[in-house]
Amino acid sequence: MKFPAFKYLRPSSVAEAAAQLAEHGDDARLLAGGQTLMPVLAMRLAEPEVLIDLGRIENLRGIALEDDALRLGAMTRYVDLERSALVAEHAPLITRALPYVAHVAIRNRGTIGGSVALADPAAEMPACMLALGAEIELTSTEGNRWIAAEDYFLGLYETAREDTEILTAIRIPLAPERRVGFYEVARRHGDYALAGAAAVGDVEDGRIQGLRVAMFGCDDLPVLAKTAAKAAETGVLDGAWLEADVSPTSNINGEAHIRLAQARVAFRRAVTDLLGVSNG
Amino acid sequence: MDDVFDITLTVNGRRVSRRVPVRQHLTDFLREELGLTSCHVGCEHGVCGACTVRVDGAATRGCLTLAVQADGAVVETLEGLSESGEIVDLQAAFVDRNALQCGYCTPGMLITAAEMLDAKQPMSRADIRTFLSGNYCRCTGYQAIVDAVETTLTARLAEQEPSA
Ligand SMILES: Cc1cc2nc3c(=O)[nH]c(=O)nc-3n(C[C@H](O)[C@H](O)[C@H](O)COP(=O)(O)OP(=O)(O)OC[C@H]3O[C@@H](n4cnc5c(N)ncnc54)[C@H](O)[C@@H]3O)c2cc1C
Ligand code: FES
Ligand code: FES
Repeated sequence: MKFPAFKYLRPSSVAEAAAQLAEHGDDARLLAGGQTLMPVLAMRLAEPEVLIDLGRIENLRGIALEDDALRLGAMTRYVDLERSALVAEHAPLITRALPYVAHVAIRNRGTIGGSVALADPAAEMPACMLALGAEIELTSTEGNRWIAAEDYFLGLYETAREDTEILTAIRIPLAPERRVGFYEVARRHGDYALAGAAAVGDVEDGRIQGLRVAMFGCDDLPVLAKTAAKAAETGVLDGAWLEADVSPTSNINGEAHIRLAQARVAFRRAVTDLLGVSNG
Repeated sequence: MDDVFDITLTVNGRRVSRRVPVRQHLTDFLREELGLTSCHVGCEHGVCGACTVRVDGAATRGCLTLAVQADGAVVETLEGLSESGEIVDLQAAFVDRNALQCGYCTPGMLITAAEMLDAKQPMSRADIRTFLSGNYCRCTGYQAIVDAVETTLTARLAEQEPSA
């Protein structure tokens, strides 16, 4: 399975990459870690004429603490995030979820920007972005704009990003009191989740407040389980209300009711994880 | 006609410069240009781990990396790791425990395990399995591989901190 022929461009700045993307539009694909794009090319599911390699743009990679947010460059690799003390301190949900993303060799190359740009409905990072209320920076030759994760994910592999825009950075608002919880149901370690939940919230006197739970692997896109989260704040932790938020359909992974049951398990365990009680 | 690109990289300590087709992946480059056949071609879409090599110190899928992306990089294959003696203990443990049968997965398995051993952290058998989860073996059933990696890790940790 060899890759189809393409033209290879290697810009050294975002401005140069944006100009190349503007010129080639939909005939071009941006190359980040390549851990999804290269299999897609190998299987000839896409045959772009041009690959624009973002790998040499220095300032796209890095983790920085700003006044009110943690900033992640789009080309920051999973492995950099996994080992980052800043991420562990200010966005521990990411640290908690990363070991579930694929395998070591893939985390050594795959990038946060690539995952969020791809928007796989069963992927861990997009759900974490939603739970954390992250903002996503999109840059084109026209300039840049910031968009909230809640407005960014639109459908199956569909996002608010235009073909001419590069995802350049992600900002995660700081919330020092925030607790996090995570759980996913998968057949084998490193597989995409059958159902998963990423949770953030505050806990006072054993009660949860401001709970945000992003479900992944349930629908065509990551979804905030708002109804079930409200119920959990009143003590209903078992995801009984989850049907109001997600509607898994029967697919290759199982029938709808089984997938909903898996989603409930993921919800309950992520929330109990957040509370710090053992996962029954 | 294929688009080409000039690259210079370090492979197993040696500097090499070549003109490569831009669509060639690193595995084909290592095998066909340099004759380094320890980098195996399995699934060629990122699932099996047979093509694992080290790029700038990190275990990497050769089949998901373009040769042009390795321009300027330091690449190590199992030939390099064997020559340097870095993993003689791990290799001996593989032989001892019979942790390979056909050997197709072995170079990738060793390179991934070497990254785990470098972290010098105590790991349970379950942790070892998780770490190796991206490397498939169709022969051994993994038990012997986990044994060999565990034995090597235990020995290295003991060497590091002689017990009181
Ligand atoms: C065996 C295997 C198992 C995996 N398991 C999981 C898993 O369990 N969970 C999971 O989440 N992922 C998994 N992945 C996918 C992996 O996480 C990918 O690395 C990730 O989805 C894409 O990131 P990338 O940097 O490799 O992007 P690439 O593959 O380079 O790009 C992906 C897509 O996004 C576009 N893109 C990339 N960067 C940008 C950008 N900055 N701006 C705009 N568009 C961009 C590309 O054009 C392309 O269309 C797995 C992959 C493999 C091979
Ligand atoms: S050949 Fe590269 S992962 Fe299978
Ligand atoms: S020894 Fe044959 S695949 Fe592992």
